[in-house]
Amino acid sequence: MKDAVAIVLFVLAVGAAALGFDSGVALNFIMMALYATLLAQAWNMLGGFGGQFSFGHALFFGSGAYVQAMAQLHGGINAWAALGLAVGAAALVGAFVGALAFRYGLKGSYFALITLAFAEVFRILALSVPFTGAGVGLMLPLREAVLNLQFDSPRGYALLLLGVVTLALAVTSWLRQSRFGAQLQAVRDNEDAARALGIDPLRTKLFACVLSAAFMGAGGAIYLQMFQYIDPAIAFGPTTSVEALLGAIVGGMGTLWGPVLGALALHVLSDVTRNLFGALPGINMVIYGLVLVVIVMFMPRGIAGIGQSVRTLWRGGRRG
Amino acid sequence: MAEPLLEVRELSIAFGGLRAVQDVSLRVPRASLTALIGPNGAGKTTLFALVSGFLRPDHGQVFFDGRDVTGQPPHLNARAGMTRTFQIVQPFALQTVRENIAVGAHLHIAGRAAALAEAEAVAERVGLAGQLDKPAADLTVAGRKRLELARALATRARLLLLDEVLAGLNPQEIGEMIPVVRSIADSGVTVLMIEHVMQAVMNLASHVWVLAQGQLIAEGSPAEVTRNPAVIEAYLGPGTAERLRKAHAA
Repeated sequence: MKDAVAIVLFVLAVGAAALGFDSGVALNFIMMALYATLLAQAWNMLGGFGGQFSFGHALFFGSGAYVQAMAQLHGGINAWAALGLAVGAAALVGAFVGALAFRYGLKGSYFALITLAFAEVFRILALSVPFTGAGVGLMLPLREAVLNLQFDSPRGYALLLLGVVTLALAVTSWLRQSRFGAQLQAVRDNEDAARALGIDPLRTKLFACVLSAAFMGAGGAIYLQMFQYIDPAIAFGPTTSVEALLGAIVGGMGTLWGPVLGALALHVLSDVTRNLFGALPGINMVIYGLVLVVIVMFMPRGIAGIGQSVRTLWRGGRRG
Repeated sequence: MAEPLLEVRELSIAFGGLRAVQDVSLRVPRASLTALIGPNGAGKTTLFALVSGFLRPDHGQVFFDGRDVTGQPPHLNARAGMTRTFQIVQPFALQTVRENIAVGAHLHIAGRAAALAEAEAVAERVGLAGQLDKPAADLTVAGRKRLELARALATRARLLLLDEVLAGLNPQEIGEMIPVVRSIADSGVTVLMIEHVMQAVMNLASHVWVLAQGQLIAEGSPAEVTRNPAVIEAYLGPGTAERLRKAHAA
């Protein structure tokens, strides 16, 4: 109930900002912050609530983006219908990789590695086969119309993203207070104990993986609509994977608002560093790395759990 | 004798050259409170793992409620009504006591509110009612043992396999825990417990099996078993029974 009220307030505030501001800079900021939020939210469903740390979420992102592009370019399908296909395809990839990894009990760094490996395999495949445009990538012709899911201002994309982010908030809230969510967190915290209590870890993690992949796929599809271009490095390269996991970890894993806060904080940080150190390209990745180290060491609960982390540090403990 | 709730037939498993459990057979009657004892390393926990489905036996069969459940994964056993606890407690540390127990309750209750309410009722039964909102990580050892019990109980188990719920507790805590186990058994749940604390076994169990080096060496009432020379030697070393007998005679 409290979640629902907070989500409504969030939608009203961000919606008012998106509709109220007219400057391109502000609208762009809202759009990109919501986009980063969506990626972090998607990662949080599997990583935060399921404890399965993927290092290759770009796999689902890229699958969504490419299906979105190919459905329109090769299939002549309407962009909105393509969005459905893209989300479905990403979910399917999630089911495949999840089934493979969880069937063989891959956890922790092994799960991170297999997701990374699959993302790389898909990147190389996308580079090699003709229907993904190989290294040249795929370009979407510019046809700005709501029907084509192309907007003439960032405002349209911001509102579209706000809708998907809200849906992700609702799903995350459901994970916090449902039977499935309780079982998923039980598997995260102690798989053997969960099994003894009648939970099937394979099915539980698999469903979380599919859910997470579907939202990541939506992120990829919307990325394509925003920039009308995708290539293998953007789609399946590590940058997107890192952005997704960093937002969730910095914000607070397994929380409702962590991904929102984390994505916003990182987005502000990267804007600031770009302005301050514009002459040093890549410095923002260095600063991202530092932020991650500090968060993992001193604030394992992220921004959303900052109060508790400060109390723990004050009492002299490292992690609690 | 009526059909037992749990029947184990000639169960065996080996890890490499170590025959951890060898040809163990036992029948646990319905609504009984029985115990499995034996020295450290006798294979008690391994036997529990075999029965509950965490391990698959090399030979032998497990029947629960007349159905062959040999090698059935633990979550299906739990759904059928057989739940184990862990000797080394396995709380969901980040979650509160209430949430921990609700995970068990969710096995048969879909609604969140109903599961949380059930968790409170179960906490009452094991004496955790005052600590429902604590994170599980903040509980004492005794509290965590109660939590293990509560979670298993919340699954509405018909057979509870309790792996040393008294280990690591001080005498006062043991004294407080014994009535809890007794009341669970009195409510109709069949309990098979692994236990080292003989005070509890003598107090609670109607029937005892003794496992040593993977084999059943004795069974009977607690009083019979503790007089059995083979059992005394298994615990205290070969020849001890004879020396004790002489010492008593002298």
